[in-house]
Amino acid sequence: MSLSFLLAQSVSGLTAAMFLFIVASGLSLIFGVLRVLNFAHGSFYMLGAYAAWQIAQWIGTFTGSFWLAVIGSAIAVALLGGVIERLLLRHLYGREDLYQLLFTYALVLILGDVARVLWGTQQLTVSRPSGLSGSFEIFGTVIPYYNLFIIALGPALAIACWLLLSRTGTGRMIRAAAYDREMLAALGADVGKLYTLMFMAGSFLAGLGGALVTPVRSIVPGMDVDIIVEAFIVVVIGGLGSFWGTFLGALIFGQVLAFGILILPGFSIFAVFALMALVLVVRPSGLLGRPVKG
Amino acid sequence: MQPSLHYRIPWAALMFLAAACVPWLGSRFYTFLATDIAILALFAVSLNLLLGYTGLVSFGHAAYFGIGAYTCAILMKTYGVPFALALIAGIANAAAWALLFGTFCVRSIKIYFSMLTLAFAQIVWAVCFKWNSVTGGEQGFSNIPYPSMDWMDALPLLDGLRSGDKFYLIVLVLTGVAFVLLQRVVGSPFGRVLTAIRENPERAEFVGINVRRYQLAAFVMAGAFAGFAGALFGIFNRGVFPDFAYWAKSAEVLIMVILGGMGHFWGPAVGAAVLIVLNQQITAYTQYWPFILGSILIVLLFLFPGGIIGTLSAGIARVRGRRDA
Repeated sequence: MSLSFLLAQSVSGLTAAMFLFIVASGLSLIFGVLRVLNFAHGSFYMLGAYAAWQIAQWIGTFTGSFWLAVIGSAIAVALLGGVIERLLLRHLYGREDLYQLLFTYALVLILGDVARVLWGTQQLTVSRPSGLSGSFEIFGTVIPYYNLFIIALGPALAIACWLLLSRTGTGRMIRAAAYDREMLAALGADVGKLYTLMFMAGSFLAGLGGALVTPVRSIVPGMDVDIIVEAFIVVVIGGLGSFWGTFLGALIFGQVLAFGILILPGFSIFAVFALMALVLVVRPSGLLGRPVKG
Repeated sequence: MQPSLHYRIPWAALMFLAAACVPWLGSRFYTFLATDIAILALFAVSLNLLLGYTGLVSFGHAAYFGIGAYTCAILMKTYGVPFALALIAGIANAAAWALLFGTFCVRSIKIYFSMLTLAFAQIVWAVCFKWNSVTGGEQGFSNIPYPSMDWMDALPLLDGLRSGDKFYLIVLVLTGVAFVLLQRVVGSPFGRVLTAIRENPERAEFVGINVRRYQLAAFVMAGAFAGFAGALFGIFNRGVFPDFAYWAKSAEVLIMVILGGMGHFWGPAVGAAVLIVLNQQITAYTQYWPFILGSILIVLLFLFPGGIIGTLSAGIARVRGRRDA
């Protein structure tokens, strides 16, 4: 096993982990505050990817066009999330978990078909942004600049979110809502608005992840289901609602997937599912999650 | 009002008799549809033991359906085991895995229970998907033989029926037995305890009920009946595929339960029948069945949370109330 191979595997694991973190952090934020496990999060990711492609088609190629498409699609997905939360999901708060789960599952079914109607079933690709299209070589391993960018973006985003949550008034409100929403509402805070905001923020992250992934993976139907299962594993390993737990979960997931291929060829998906079940058995609330309240 | 005069129509028995006549309609398609409905109705009713009666939201019930299907199919095709034994082995294997997974699952509550059931189901799916040498992997496990049904020719009326029709009659009798057993379970003191746990787990614990043990017992039973349904479905489908254990299948059976109504024993069976017929009708016109299913689900969740049976019985109660007033 050569050094270059190890390096290549860990870099690819790290890149996958950061993509996953961007998406899964949104899932975790939504669960942390709204207590809704959003199956449709993967659909938002897929719509982010398709929207980025669509915007890239409309505006053409120029310096910075890729970034415009990425931000535009993330905002579009956030708006869609806001509309869904306001018009529909809102009415299911306080009902049993089952209804919320099935509602988000219904969205998966509907949005999947909507994407099929709008964009067909052929693979679509977006080219890498002009500034990051190159790559460099280290120990015989070729690493594209774009992957390096993603590896840097993940922690940057994590720190930004963490600062937002721990240092700002809105962040304090969000943490309070995650801790005890009735009390927060009783203190006069507009919890409804906060929920909409959080759902939009979570959807934004899903859309952002989907848009950023387009230069690396082609856009295909079914990417919604693939990512939701992965993001789900990540947040469960890290602890649902725990921000740094999601980061840790993504790192573990990426490396297990990258190196699981060496230990159990063809069984790396099995390895991550087994890891998830193991974590849940040993620590039901995840590695860094708060213990479950009854 | 004299309630004693309201004698109850034995709907279940009448339905069974009507269903038994289907092979003589002479249409392969009706037999096919009826077999599908009978098996999936059992699958849905088995889930309702958890969902409706014990208050446990399992998002991984397909795992036990898949385990039953694979076990029975592999034993029959690879090892030539007779159907009756393979079926029992399928049920036992599903129950054994439900016992193992359930032991961990019942330690979690609410959404965490759902996630853990889903996680275990995905492991089962991953194993079925990857274990090529035994399960056939992604390609599935096909060409499963029918059980030997020659003995049925000796029975009156059954002589000369197609094998699909004969298998349907076997399915009908077996699922009928399963339904009777399940109905006895929910009507028994054990079933009452499950309902008490659903209504208020803390209070049930207070009066001395070992809540986790009862939940586990329900989980194993539901798993066993799901395995029963799976074993029959594999043979009916002439093939078993990893999809049987996939989360979409778990969601589908949940939708059947919600559609029919989880507050009633037969609700999930009605849901299964309606969903299968709708699927048959709609996929003939459009490939966008998921869109339609999702839309049905949303309408159901927002407007008719009691499902078909819940909505109908509320309507009947309102009409009766008006008449008595």
